[in-house]
Amino acid sequence: MAILEVSNIQKSFGKLQVLKDVSFKADDGEIVSIIGSSGSGKSTLLRCINRLETVDAGTIVVDDQTMVSEVNGKTTYADKSVLRAIRLKTGLVFQNFNLFPHYTVLRNIIEAPIKVLGMSKEEAEAQAMEILKKLGLEAKKDSYPQELSGGQSQRVSIARALALKPKILFFDEPTSALDPELTNEVLKVIRSLADMHMTMIIVTHEMEFAKELSDKIIFMDNGVIAAEGTPDEIFNSDNLRIKEFLGNYRA
Amino acid sequence: MTFGNMSIESIKILFEYMLKASGVTLSVFFYTLLFSLPLGLVVSLGRMTKCKLINIPVKIYLNIMRGTPLILQLMFWYFAPYYIAEIRLDRTVAAIVAFTFNYAAYFAEIYRAGIESVPKGQWEAAEVLGFGKIQTFFKIILPQVVKRILPPMSNEFMTLVKDTALAQVIGVAEMYQLATKNMSSQSSIVPLIMAGVFYFVMNLVVQQAFNAAEKKLSYYK
Repeated sequence: MAILEVSNIQKSFGKLQVLKDVSFKADDGEIVSIIGSSGSGKSTLLRCINRLETVDAGTIVVDDQTMVSEVNGKTTYADKSVLRAIRLKTGLVFQNFNLFPHYTVLRNIIEAPIKVLGMSKEEAEAQAMEILKKLGLEAKKDSYPQELSGGQSQRVSIARALALKPKILFFDEPTSALDPELTNEVLKVIRSLADMHMTMIIVTHEMEFAKELSDKIIFMDNGVIAAEGTPDEIFNSDNLRIKEFLGNYRA
Repeated sequence: MTFGNMSIESIKILFEYMLKASGVTLSVFFYTLLFSLPLGLVVSLGRMTKCKLINIPVKIYLNIMRGTPLILQLMFWYFAPYYIAEIRLDRTVAAIVAFTFNYAAYFAEIYRAGIESVPKGQWEAAEVLGFGKIQTFFKIILPQVVKRILPPMSNEFMTLVKDTALAQVIGVAEMYQLATKNMSSQSSIVPLIMAGVFYFVMNLVVQQAFNAAEKKLSYYK
């Protein structure tokens, strides 16, 4: 059963069309990696699904709730309550973490559950500590983001997203700001989420990781999905553009 | 014994008057801050909105406030109500109104610089966590803005302490007026020096307060 359904999305910035008719689905518990060269539209796609950008056309359905669709030929977003409900079902992890610098690690995690979900402070803290423990960060609960390494920062930002118990977790190049060692630290966490059957949509440049972990890989090129398939299908594809792209990583 | 043409006794008396006048100076200072700090925030938001109906008048306001002499604005707020509508404002009230509108303009631009310097990712992170715009602004953005704008704000606060002296043009009995009047009547430079020391000490306090605030907020970057 599809938990995310994206159909015929289009998005332009001025004259530049970044997404040209993009459609894909993700099933509950599925891990979908989106790969492709810079400027191919991967991040924009993720940002559109998370409503950091509005689409010009197309339909997005999250967990049977329609976020945006074509009504009488006009691209129409759902009303606030629906958008809010969808917002709480999705989480997004950013490339550069975007932790709140004036809050401690713990407060970064509990603030949204308390203020947005109306959770009690005790409950939110207990839950946050549980997540931090899982990610091996309990000792950092009183640290400020500036005191953390990049890998720790990214793990905290994953913890912050998990605290809202999202049904789908999106990652926008979660390891691109990290060195190889820290990258592994973060990938380990994402792997452990996969073991917990979290639905994840991951924009990444980590090809080996995408190959190993994904149920499905989407290859984007120039604003369209140029290929879509299992890791085997993509990595053994005859498509010249994919071969060229993957070849750059093997080299 | 005399000092600079003034007896110790009359210096003492002058000091007491100066203390009283410093109360006027301080009340102009604090009331101006009380009104101009929040007004500046509203103005800066108006300056940043994309709605032209709001941002064009706000830009005109900013240009007038920053482009004309403060001393002229003081005269305007005191005399305009009288010549236009025969309303006499209290001198101190007129001074506070003038300072408030003038300083709000400067504060607004400092706020704007601070707000625009917070990375967009902070807004986006808050948005995807489900925070509303207003919640995000007050809980996530504004604390970071406050930290960033402390140095330019300390400039403005210190300038305001000194600018209160301009209120004498509309007859507010503050320290500068007292000093110049006594300088003439006593034929002595002591009153002027004493007022200078008062301003200096006030600004020393302002400076220390800002240093303490910066230190307090230094726990994060």
